[in-house]
This record gives sequence, structure tokens and C-alpha cells, in this order.
Amino acid sequence: MLEREALETAEVTPAIKTKKRKRAGLSKDRWLAFLFLLPSIILLAIFVYGFISWTAYVSVSRWHSLLPDFTFAGLANYQALFHNFRFQADLRNTLFFSVFFIVLVVLLGQMLAIFIDQRLKAESLFRNIFLFPMALSFVVTGVVWRWILNPETGVNLLLKDFGIHPKWYTDTSIVPSWHIGQIDFGLPVALIAVVIAAVWQMTGFSLAMYLAGLRAIPEDVREAARIDGASEFQIYRKIILPQLKPITYSVVIIMAHISLKIFDLIYAMTGPGANYVTDMPGVFMFETTFRGNDYAQGAAIAIIMLIMVAVFIIPYLISSRKGES
Amino acid sequence: MAKAFARPLIYLILVILGVLFLVPVYVMLVTSLKPFDEVSIATMWKPPAHIDFAGYAEAFSKLAPNFMNTIYLVVPATLLSALLGSLNGYVLSKWKFKGSDWVFTAILFGMFIPYQSILIPLLQFIRNIGLYNSIPGLILVHVVYGLPITTLMFRNFYANIPDSLVESAQIDGAGFVGIYRHIIMPLSITGFVVVAIWQFTNIWNEFLFAVTITSSAQQPIMVALQNLAGSQVVEWNVQMAGALLAALPTLLVYILLGKYFIRGLLAGSVKG
Repeated sequence: MLEREALETAEVTPAIKTKKRKRAGLSKDRWLAFLFLLPSIILLAIFVYGFISWTAYVSVSRWHSLLPDFTFAGLANYQALFHNFRFQADLRNTLFFSVFFIVLVVLLGQMLAIFIDQRLKAESLFRNIFLFPMALSFVVTGVVWRWILNPETGVNLLLKDFGIHPKWYTDTSIVPSWHIGQIDFGLPVALIAVVIAAVWQMTGFSLAMYLAGLRAIPEDVREAARIDGASEFQIYRKIILPQLKPITYSVVIIMAHISLKIFDLIYAMTGPGANYVTDMPGVFMFETTFRGNDYAQGAAIAIIMLIMVAVFIIPYLISSRKGES
Repeated sequence: MAKAFARPLIYLILVILGVLFLVPVYVMLVTSLKPFDEVSIATMWKPPAHIDFAGYAEAFSKLAPNFMNTIYLVVPATLLSALLGSLNGYVLSKWKFKGSDWVFTAILFGMFIPYQSILIPLLQFIRNIGLYNSIPGLILVHVVYGLPITTLMFRNFYANIPDSLVESAQIDGAGFVGIYRHIIMPLSITGFVVVAIWQFTNIWNEFLFAVTITSSAQQPIMVALQNLAGSQVVEWNVQMAGALLAALPTLLVYILLGKYFIRGLLAGSVKG
């Protein structure tokens, strides 16, 4: 009896020891893991957070030429910005572009996904046709669509037979054109051309997201509804679509941040346009800073862009973090 | 009955929309294969009377050096950012520490910021370290700002590798590096393919950093294409040929490895 106990404790002690040694090894590994992550943390701390702080600092300075001048200017650059005709036009353009772009991408992507999900023949062919523009650059998209929507040719050759002559991105009219601030508020008609190009490029993203969402809904959910006598239409309205809400949320947020940042497409397709009808903050910032050398003003535009994006992105990041744990 | 009616209608809508989506490809091909004197505004939609590669020859001679610049940029930048992303993802999924989820969220924020908000200091920094107007400078920029997305993709990917696999390797005495090399790495092939395709496509297509950090001879393909198309004297057949040449690599990757491209696209939406 005693012997057995002695034997057991004898066996147990080394076990505890190795466990202790393992734990020491583990904590060494924990440090090693952190050490491997550290360079990335430092890089991003500098290149993201440090640089943003520096831009914010520039935005309250008097650096208006090639020569840096860091004397404090308060919010003067921001005040100048909100009184600036071009910036007011940019805010209007961003608003209208974002709304049309996001709504169309969501609706078109959702519709296509539901159609393609009907176990069609040539399903992958359709999917690929709608998705391939995602692999292209906004610059390529801009160059091609500028040619297709050229008012002298392109689509207008076909529309001529119907007696319609849209001016596309060269149109300077604004509908309904209420005078607010210094600008005419309304939809700049020229933006429709940009929306078409952007929707063509990004619909594939929402299609892929919705298709993945539809595929994740188990077949027996639909089967059960069918047995209960629900029609296909009812199944979609009552069961499927409500389950796709989180996907719509993701698509809207991701498209919103793309439209708020948009630069390449405008730059390649239309430029700022007459009276800035197709201008966007991203283009304004770039030209002010690197063409006009007004760094302080450019920095102020950049900070406003960042704030607009952060308003959407920070709640999104926090909510998806919560959803995980 | 409703179903019998709906199916042809669905096909009809899909075919119409599919044709509309392919219009830019048709226009690009048709215009690029026409000789210059045939590129007239009135006959834009007509296929070329005889196929002519002069547009491609000119676009190629103008864009080839920039095409090579992008190759030199995209290969190292893709590999480096994938490797770093893999290590970060490994740490943030299998070696969580106190606050690591917050660190991850802070890293993620970096992929959503408008890059205009870091562009002024970035340019100063790149100038100060002597990498302005150089491909290595662009590589550095793309690796750093690629970290959030590659980290996210690998972290989501590694979340699917069961923790028990890592734990049993620990009991066998394997450490941080050993587990990565012998367990995680061999299981990450798909992850590397997905991330590499995603980074390749994004860096190839990127414009803002390229146009800010490089000029003239060092410019990547997209800046050169924009310059080519921006000069009003360039004929449309050359522009379309140039656009197609610039788009070809990412288009080929999509056609050959589309499945992985779509996985990357889905993984980029945070929750994955």
C-alpha cells in the first residue's frame, strides 16, 4: 500500500516537473510569437497611425508652397475648405455618386446572385462574366468606358436611332439644381456615366458575396418551407432575404468606403470635369497637394476623407469583432 | 406554373445583362484590332474589315518598359507581403495574447483608410530614405499597406486549422517556429495561393501610390496607360490595345485561377 503510494508520487513528481518545463517553454514561445508580430505592429504604427497624425499636423499648418511652414494655423485650412466652391461640389458629388453606386451594386448583385443560384445550366459562365471586371484596374475601366460613353460615338451611335443624345460625362447640368452654399445642389448628370462604369466593375463583388451567403443557407430550410406549402417567391421574401441582411451590411460598408475614396476611375475616365461636375475629394486632394503644392490644404482634405471613411468603418470593425467572439 | 414561366425569363435577363457586361471587352477587342484609318467615330461598333496589329505594336513599344517595372514591383511585393501576412495570421490566430484582438482590429483599420491621408508624410519619408522614384520604394509601400489584408486573410484561414493540432504538437515538444514550419506552412498552400493572387491583382492594378511615388522611366504600367490615354493625340486603337495589354496579366490569372480569386475577394470582407 505504502509502496504503491510512494510509487505513484514518484511517478507524479516528474510529470509535474515536465509540465513546469513545458510552461516555461510555452512562455518563451509566447514571447517569440509576439516578437514575430512586432515588426508589423511597428511598421503599421508608423505608416498608418504616425502618418495620419503627421497629416493632421500638416492640416493645421501654413504649409502652402514647396517650402514647409509648420506655424500653427488653427482650423483656417478647414474653414477655407468648406467655403471652397470645388470642395462643396466634391461633397455633393460624393453624396450622389455613393448613393447611386451603392444601391445599384447591392440590388444588381443580389438579383444576379438569386438568379444564378437557381441551379442554372452555364451557371459558372454567367458568374464569370459578371465577376471578371473585378480583376481589372479602375484605370483600364476608365479608359474603356470613356470611349464607350464618348458623346460623339459609342453608345450614342445606337441611341441616335431613338433620337436620344445624352452628353454623358461632358454634361454640365445638375438636377434639380437648388442653390445651396456656392454650388447648385442636385445630381450632376455627368456622374451617371461614372456610376455606370463603377457599377460594371464592382457588381461582381456583391454578386460573389450574396452567392456565398445563399450557398451557406442549408437546403433543408427551403425544403421545409416547400413542404409547408410556401411558394418559391415566398421562400425568398420570408426566409432567404432576411438571412442575407448581414451580407448587405458588409457590401454597403465596403462599397461606401470605396466610393468615398474613389480616385483612379475619375482620374482615368473624366477628370474633375467642367465646374467640377465629376470631381471627388480624392482627386481634389491629389491635385491640390502634388500639382498645386498646397500641402496644408491637401492635408485638410485628406483628414476629412479619413473622417468620412472612419464613420463607416470603425463601427463595422467593432461589430465584426464582437460577432466573432 | 409560375416556375415554368420564371426560368426562361431568368435566362433571358441573365443573357441580356451578360451581353451588356461583355460590351467593353468587345469594344476593346474590335477597336484595338483596327488600323488607324479605320478607327472612325461612325463605325465604332463594326468589327474590323481586316485585322491589323499596328495598334498593339505601338501600344507595346510604348508600354513594354512600364510593364516590366510592374513585374519587378509585383513579384517581390506579393511574396513579401504574403509571407509577413502568414506569420502575423499565425500569431494572431494560434498565439493570442492579452489584447491581441485589439491589435488585430488596429491592424485592420489600415486597409480601409483613404491613402490620401498618409500620402504627404509617406512621400517625405520615401524621399528621405532615398527611395523616391524607385521600384524598391514602391515595393516597401505595397508590402506595408498590404499587411492588413494579408494578415486578415491568413488569420481567417488559420482559424480553420484546429487548435488541437497545435496543442498536440506542443506536447510533442514543438515550439513556435517548429509548429509554423512543420504544421502551419504545409497546410497553408491554398492560403498562399489565395493571398498571392489577391495581392498580385491589387498591386498590378494600383494607381495612387504609383503616380505619387514614381515619375517617367520608373512608372508602373497603370500610370503609363493613364498617360497614354490622357494625351489626346493618341489614337483610340492604340489606347484600347494598351488597356488590353495592361489588363491581360490579371485577366489571365482570373481566368486560370478564378476560384482562388473569388475566395480572396470573400476573405477581404473582414468576417470571411
